[in-house]
Amino acid sequence: MEIVVFLLFALLALASAVVVVSHRNPVYSVMSLVVTLLSLAALFVLLGAPLLAALQVLVYTGAILVLFLFVIMLLNVGRETPSGGTGRGQKIGALVTAAAFGLVVISLLWGRFVGIEMPALTVEYVALKPLARTLLSKYLLVFEMAGLLLLAAVIAATVLARKVGKSRGETV
Amino acid sequence: MPTATIPAPPLLDSLPEGSVEVVEGLDQPTWIVRRDALAQVARQLRDDPETQFDLLLDLCGVDYPDRDERFEAVYHLYSLPRAARLRLKVPVLEDDPVLPSLIDVWTAADWFEREAWDMFGLRFEGHPNLRRILTHEAFQGHPLRKDYDPARRWILTEDKIYKPNPQPTGSESVDDMFERMTINIGPSHPAMHGTFRVVATLDGEVIVASEVEIGYLHRCFEKMAETHTWQQVIPYTDRLNYCSSFINNVAYCRTVEKLMGIEAPPRAVWAQMILSEFSRIMDHCVCNGSTLVDTGALTNFWYMFQPREEIYGLLEACCGARLTVSACRIGGLLEDLPPDFEARCRHLLETVPEFIDDVDKVVTKNRIWLDRSVGVAAISAEEAVDHGWTGPCLRASGVDYDVRRAYPYDLYGEVDFEVPVFQGGDVFDRYRMRMEEIHQSLSIIRQLLDRGMPDGPYIVDDPHVALPPKEDAYNQMEAMIYHFKLIMDGIQVPPGELYHMVEGANGELGFYVISDGSGKPYRIKVRPPCFPIMASFSHLMQGGTISDAIATLGGLNIIAGELER
Amino acid sequence: MSVALAAMLAKIGLWVAVLLAVTPVMAWVERRGSAMIQDRLGPNRVGPLGLLQALADAVKFLFKEDLTPSAADKPLYYLAPALAVVPALTTFVVLPFGPEIEVGGETVKLLVADVESGVLLFLALASLGVYTLVLAGYSSNNKYSLLGSVRAAAQMISYELALTLSVVAALVPVGSFRLDEVVLYQVEGTWLGFLPHWNVFPQFLGFLIFLVAAFAETNRLPFDLPEAESELVAGYHTEYSSMKFALFFMGEYMAMATLSALAATLFFGGWHFPGIDYTGHWAIVALKGFSVLFAKVAAFMLLFVWVRWTFPRFRFDQLLRLGWKVLLPLAILNLVVIAALTIGGVL
Repeated sequence: MEIVVFLLFALLALASAVVVVSHRNPVYSVMSLVVTLLSLAALFVLLGAPLLAALQVLVYTGAILVLFLFVIMLLNVGRETPSGGTGRGQKIGALVTAAAFGLVVISLLWGRFVGIEMPALTVEYVALKPLARTLLSKYLLVFEMAGLLLLAAVIAATVLARKVGKSRGETV
Repeated sequence: MPTATIPAPPLLDSLPEGSVEVVEGLDQPTWIVRRDALAQVARQLRDDPETQFDLLLDLCGVDYPDRDERFEAVYHLYSLPRAARLRLKVPVLEDDPVLPSLIDVWTAADWFEREAWDMFGLRFEGHPNLRRILTHEAFQGHPLRKDYDPARRWILTEDKIYKPNPQPTGSESVDDMFERMTINIGPSHPAMHGTFRVVATLDGEVIVASEVEIGYLHRCFEKMAETHTWQQVIPYTDRLNYCSSFINNVAYCRTVEKLMGIEAPPRAVWAQMILSEFSRIMDHCVCNGSTLVDTGALTNFWYMFQPREEIYGLLEACCGARLTVSACRIGGLLEDLPPDFEARCRHLLETVPEFIDDVDKVVTKNRIWLDRSVGVAAISAEEAVDHGWTGPCLRASGVDYDVRRAYPYDLYGEVDFEVPVFQGGDVFDRYRMRMEEIHQSLSIIRQLLDRGMPDGPYIVDDPHVALPPKEDAYNQMEAMIYHFKLIMDGIQVPPGELYHMVEGANGELGFYVISDGSGKPYRIKVRPPCFPIMASFSHLMQGGTISDAIATLGGLNIIAGELER
Repeated sequence: MSVALAAMLAKIGLWVAVLLAVTPVMAWVERRGSAMIQDRLGPNRVGPLGLLQALADAVKFLFKEDLTPSAADKPLYYLAPALAVVPALTTFVVLPFGPEIEVGGETVKLLVADVESGVLLFLALASLGVYTLVLAGYSSNNKYSLLGSVRAAAQMISYELALTLSVVAALVPVGSFRLDEVVLYQVEGTWLGFLPHWNVFPQFLGFLIFLVAAFAETNRLPFDLPEAESELVAGYHTEYSSMKFALFFMGEYMAMATLSALAATLFFGGWHFPGIDYTGHWAIVALKGFSVLFAKVAAFMLLFVWVRWTFPRFRFDQLLRLGWKVLLPLAILNLVVIAALTIGGVL
């Protein structure tokens, strides 16, 4: 039963991920990404981590991807016109990404091969209270640094936006 | 009525010989100006401290096919500081109907010149955008010329139509990476009360440039007036500002009465004043109600429409019609007032303020409404005058000009009322202005009712003007002949010309009439108060958001029937 | 069929029935309510007091011509109205509507999904609602719709932050994401000896923030900018007609209902009301709990109607300013204060 659900969502995630990169219309790409992320959320639930699933949906699908759509609509990006052939940069990008992905897969397999067992993602790690405790004790420094980084990003974005606003003579 | 004097000899001396000829004996000072000197005369009239004609009220063409110089452009000027009026006439040849554009002197000339071009084919040199304004792009000929056949039909196609694409002037800003969007607001849009169209170029939600297109409701009022007898024009006037049609009736009838040198009896004048003020209240209610509904406050719209409904009941009792009343006749009223007229008015004085106060309580201090209206689409006094504004919108910008006070016609000199003036010139002040004027109108009505209804006839006792009673028309030979003559030939208005104005609900409503004694008007030009106001809408909207534009439009009280005639 | 499965089906069926009934009932309440506020009569011809008007409306919706703009992005155009009811029909799973009851020897919790991350799941599913608006506006190929969508996207993201923070503040004294525990926290004891132990009393600010953000999330006046009928014609659903339009309509009312239920649960004791005895036969207990919750939801719905017909609409920049510069700082302040009070043992 569980394997059926897993396969269903795993396939859905992969298929929609392919659509994300292959579709010519950016809105469809974003919507496919929504499907990918929702499928991943379902996989998280299967792993016994409904909290991560909820956060995934709340943060990624509920906010970040909406911003993607927002920007696409603001810029009024239409259907991408086939440009005939692929660019040099595109090729390099594809190679680098494939290499990085391959590295991850190989390292996982290698670990298995030499017998370093990755600890299973069990409820002790991903339930609400243990997760919160881990984040705010063992990884407190990293957690706070991430927060600080986000704050810096917010300030930087504000400064940039203000500059544009000023040159337009607005008081917003 | 104080007749303005023009202290202008020094000005005349400084002009080239023969460029200005002063005409005596008309209702207001009139100069005939040669077109070569027009620009100079206009500029001096505006700037000279002796004259200071800062307000261009109206500009129209007149066609005299028998004259050597066939066309005449007529400018009506007003000087706010000196309370003086002046009419300029500029004759031009048929072969060369070209005048200098006065758009640099008075911005208000913009649309007026376009209208004169559209209607008469007068070309204003230097006008940046001399296109047709009231008729269709593919229309041919100039309909108000005397040799234009009113029965003529055109096939108007879409292929040659002008497509507005307003672009901002000035330097391009850094954020041009965001594509601009051009959006059509109207002619069919929930907030375009009436039928007009604003084409706006948006940067996000901010309007960076816009163009206003009108003409969707043009009904050839002025041309139709020339083919009907003087009385037959009255129902057409209903359809100008249809929110307060009674005021239009009064304004037109007064103008013709003045041209004929007759006066309506006191009873008629008294009732006309009361009904005019009630009409003003209705108009203000519609205006404020629609402003509020455009900002999402629908409930206030219903509150504002309830008093209007009640006042329609009174009008219905007086003449049987509600919207297009046609209740006035030249020389008085259509029929005598209903017996319960005073009681009905008193009742309205009780009920109307309740609804107004309800709206006042719900909205006037509401934070959201204040945020939406204070400082939005603000216009300074100088700009408003330059754009030719009059009425509540002008007074909201701080200019104390009300025809009822400046030229107290009827009994306005004898009643006590205030002319409210606000300084902000924004949406909120225009709203407050109308709320305040509603209270002033109620006060005027109360005073008139307290004076009591004058006895006497409701229309002048002159068989050349007023129809004889039906009973007489059936039974007496003489009365029947008068009836016949009045219906078939109409009222005979002596030759002459006259400009008369009243304070309409949205500004100075003027009628410039010319009679050649033929029994039909030779030319009737309406000075529509909302025409110059609408002309400045693009200017008001610059830099505002769509929401601002929508909130502003309701408060300007643009009535398409009057705008496009 | 086991008791657990039967109970689960019954609970889901109950919620779905209620949510589907919300739209016709609210359509009637809204129309008659607005008429009352506006000095009119409202629909009073179909059935007693016009109660069957909603039925007539439904029939009308079904039989109206269903138009699709020729240049619309068809898959997305069809998808958007279908998505409209999804958040509302999923979020209710975490809302409790009664205490634990004993049925046939088994303990049954009166909520559908008893998960640890309860309220987070609610927020996560509710946050998907914005896709409806964005896709509807984008796919219609209409500039007004597009403007409505852009407004919707910015508005809903902005107010989600304040909404979430005010929810979190309400959870802090409880120490759990489970809404049934939130209710139980409010059941015990009193404030100052006489007030019910509801969150709204210590967290009135938080409640106000939640309420304002809830209005914005459901796109109701004064925050109905995505549709703003006087500005954007009908905003994101300008091009929709017939049953597609009705789905947006249903989505809006169902979202109002679920958010009202959340507000009642977080701040007003949920299914509990002081003085009501929650012991006895399980069916009676469940009925009592559900009735109390439903009464509270109804009160919120009336508030929604009342506010809609009273206020003017914000302008877009004012709306964003309120969200980011007023509500968000206030929500953070509220959270910090509540956290401090909780640690200090006051709450």
